[in-house]
This record gives sequence, structure tokens and C-alpha cells, in this order.
Amino acid sequence: MIEIKNISKTFGDRLVVDDVSFTFEQGKTNLIIGESGSGKTTIMKLMVGLHEIDKGQVLYDGQNFPTLGIKEKQEIRKKIGMLFQGGALFDSQTLEENVRFPLDMFTDMTKEEKLDRVNFCLDKVQLTNRNNLYPGELSGGMKKRAALARAIANSPRYLFCDEPNSGLDPKTSIVIDNLIQSLTHEFDITTIVITHDMNSVIEIGQKILYIYKGKPWWTGTNKEILKTTNAELLDFVFASGFMKEIYSAVKDR
Amino acid sequence: MKLFFHLGRYCLLIKRVFSKPEKLSVYLKQIVHEIDNIGISSLPIIAIISFFMGGVITIQAAFGFTSPLVPLYAVGFTTRESMLLEFCPTIVSLILAGKIGSNIASEIGSMRITEQIDALEIMGINSGGYLILPKIAAGMMILPFLIAISMFLGIFGGYVMGIATGACTSYQYIFGIQAFYEPWKLYYSFTKVITFAFLITSISSYFGYYTHGGALEVGKSSTAAVVYSSIFILIFNFFLTQLFLT
Repeated sequence: MIEIKNISKTFGDRLVVDDVSFTFEQGKTNLIIGESGSGKTTIMKLMVGLHEIDKGQVLYDGQNFPTLGIKEKQEIRKKIGMLFQGGALFDSQTLEENVRFPLDMFTDMTKEEKLDRVNFCLDKVQLTNRNNLYPGELSGGMKKRAALARAIANSPRYLFCDEPNSGLDPKTSIVIDNLIQSLTHEFDITTIVITHDMNSVIEIGQKILYIYKGKPWWTGTNKEILKTTNAELLDFVFASGFMKEIYSAVKDR
Repeated sequence: MKLFFHLGRYCLLIKRVFSKPEKLSVYLKQIVHEIDNIGISSLPIIAIISFFMGGVITIQAAFGFTSPLVPLYAVGFTTRESMLLEFCPTIVSLILAGKIGSNIASEIGSMRITEQIDALEIMGINSGGYLILPKIAAGMMILPFLIAISMFLGIFGGYVMGIATGACTSYQYIFGIQAFYEPWKLYYSFTKVITFAFLITSISSYFGYYTHGGALEVGKSSTAAVVYSSIFILIFNFFLTQLFLT
């Protein structure tokens, strides 16, 4: 479980994250949603320590991450898997080397054990027998899946996914969403997904935090979001005319 | 002051680079990879430049020594002194600053803008150490060998061109390259090379590591890496020469 308590962040004189508190539950896909530039990614970067926090607490199973020493932070980071927006796979390494990388760095597994684990992870993301491909040879969806395989290689307790569906077609997006959800349930991971993709929200949003202009604006589940009366959230969810029509039809029933 | 900002940030990065590696075996593999990347791939350009520069220095020396009071073995002597003291350690290092420096800065810079460095950090890996330490170690290990090859090929190039153009005889040239030889000059040259190797790899890594933005900024980092590596090579060349030769 990860808790954020009253976190704030300013860049220059611009307040980007304003007093946000939320609890990300274990074994659930927790979503942070909001418009582009609303502060979602900044919240995630504050949580993993890529940005320094101005105010507040980030508690990983009770340990306040920002106040920990370098070694303690590294210990927590070893338990974190992260799927970046662009995949962030190492270009000079094959898929197998990419997925094996955290195992090489942090485990004393034998070569065979590592290969077994790599194959298991690639299998999970439906990239079986693609071990020797380089990231440059992969499609966008395959890159995301490969990055997901690397993120779960070292059996993480916490999984962060930054816009896992950006740039993907709806069908591939659903495959990625379902993968994230099944991995979360199977390995009982605390998963945090940053997204503004409404399909993902409806598909996997077991717990949702809506951020509006850096502030926590609404919390709920994927079922509750369809019944919300929050004006800003409604604007966000049903942004297109087509979606508004669907909403009116559902509401009238 | 921007200078102090960069100097401070560079020192902090170097401190991180030399902190304890997470897993030594992985770092050693990286060092071997970087030796290949930095050193072996630079060999052809170094060989061609050294050979022809040695030849040109020989011809120029023979052309300049018109007085009958100057013995012709001075051609070999001049070529050796030029290659050993300045051309190979300094000028070749400047050339390598262009080749290796831009390579390192663009590689690390691209990793930065594509979030690969963030990925390393989040995995709990000291990204500075993992990416930069093997490059510095490999550079400091392989550059002396490259320069030694450069010295040999430069002097050999001088021999070939000297004989081919009739600037001097084989005996005169070989006598010249052996005349008044003082071994400490090699110590001076290799001290310079190891220092320059550190400067090239660390300064280029610094500019790559702190790249922000996109492809344009990677290009700017690459240029800055080459410019500042070259400037610092020249500054350190001056101080080391003062230190050793006075």
C-alpha cells in the first residue's frame, strides 16, 4: 500500500501539485486521471523520487520515502517496477537483456534461473520467443509490453505505469490494460496507472483519483465515475460530442 | 555564476560516479564493452592520422634543416620529440575529444531524454555510476594504448615518408629517433594522456547526463562536450607541461 499525504510541488512560482492526499491500495489498479498538464505525472514522479517533494509525505507501507537515506530509498526502489510512457527500454540491449537487467543487478540467480524468469515474463506479456529482438525492431505496443515484462521481472511490490496506452490503438490498449490488471491481481501488487484514456478508466479503474489543476478533485471507482455529478469530471470524461450523447442516453434511461 | 554552478554539479556527479557499484561483475562487463566502444573503434582514425602526421613532420623538418651545421639525423630526432611530447598525447587527444566526446554525450543525452536514466534510477541503480564509471575507467585504460600505437605509427610514418621522399637515409632517421632519448618524457606523455582521458570521458558524460529537452538539446550537449573537453585538455596540457618541464 502507498499513501500520499498532503503533497505539494512548485516549479518556479507555479504550483503544480496542490495538497494531494490519497491511498493506493494493494492488489488493486489505482488510477490517477486528469487532463494533460494537470499534474498527474508530477505526482507519480514525486512518489518515486524523480522530483523532490516540497511538502507532504509519501508512505510506502508506512515508510516515508522522501525522508529516507539513499540506501533505504534504493531498497524501496528495488521493489518498484515502472512502465514509462515511451517504454524506456535500453536501446543497445536485446529484449532478453532488458528484462534480465534488474535480475543481473539485484539477484544472485544462476544464468539458467535468470533465463527462466525472463522467458516467464516475456510469456506473460505475450512476447514469447522474441528474446533476441532489439527495441528498435518492436512496434509501439510490443515496446510497452516488453517494458512491462522488465517492470515485473524482479517481482515488484509496487508497479507504476505512466500513460501505458498513449499512442496505441484501442485494441492494443485493452490488451495492455488487461495485462496490467491481471498482473496486479496475480502478484498482489500495488499498481498506480496514470492515464487520460477513458477506455482504461472504465476497464481497469478499481480506484480512481481525478486531478484538476493540480488539486485532488474527485475519488471513486469506474462504476461511480459514470454516475458522477462533478462538473469538471463530467467535462473530462465526456469531452467529445459523441460521448455526451452517450451520457445523455444513459442518464435518460 | 554559471561556471561555479557547473563546477559544483560536475563535482557532485563525479562523487556519485565513484560511489560503490551495485554489482561489480556487471560494471566489469560494461568496462570491457566500453573499451571496445571507445578504444578499438577509434583505432583506424588514430592510425591514419598518426602515420601521415609523422610523415609530414619528417618532411617539414628536412625542409627546414638547410644549414650544413644541422646533421640530418635531427630529422628523426625532431619527429620523435614532436610525436612523443605533443602530437600524440595532446593533438590526438583533441581529435579523440571530438570523436569519443560527442559519442558519449549523445549516447547519455539520448538516454536522458528517452527516460532510460529515470528507469535506471527507479530500479534503484546509481545511474551516474552505472553509465559513467565504465566509460571513465575504459577511457583511462585504453587511451594510453591508443596513444602508444599512435606514437609508433607516427614515428614509423616519418621513417617511411623520409625514405620515400629522400629527406634522410634510413640510418640517419633511426639514429635520430634514438638520439638523446630520455625515458621520463614518456612518463610525462602518458601522465598527460591519462589526465586527458579522464577529462574527455567525464566532461562529455556530464553534458550528456544533464541534457534536458529533445533531439536539439542532445546535439547542443554533444557540441558543448567537445568544446569544453578540448578547452580543458589545453588548460591541463599547459599546467602539466609547466609541472614536468620546468
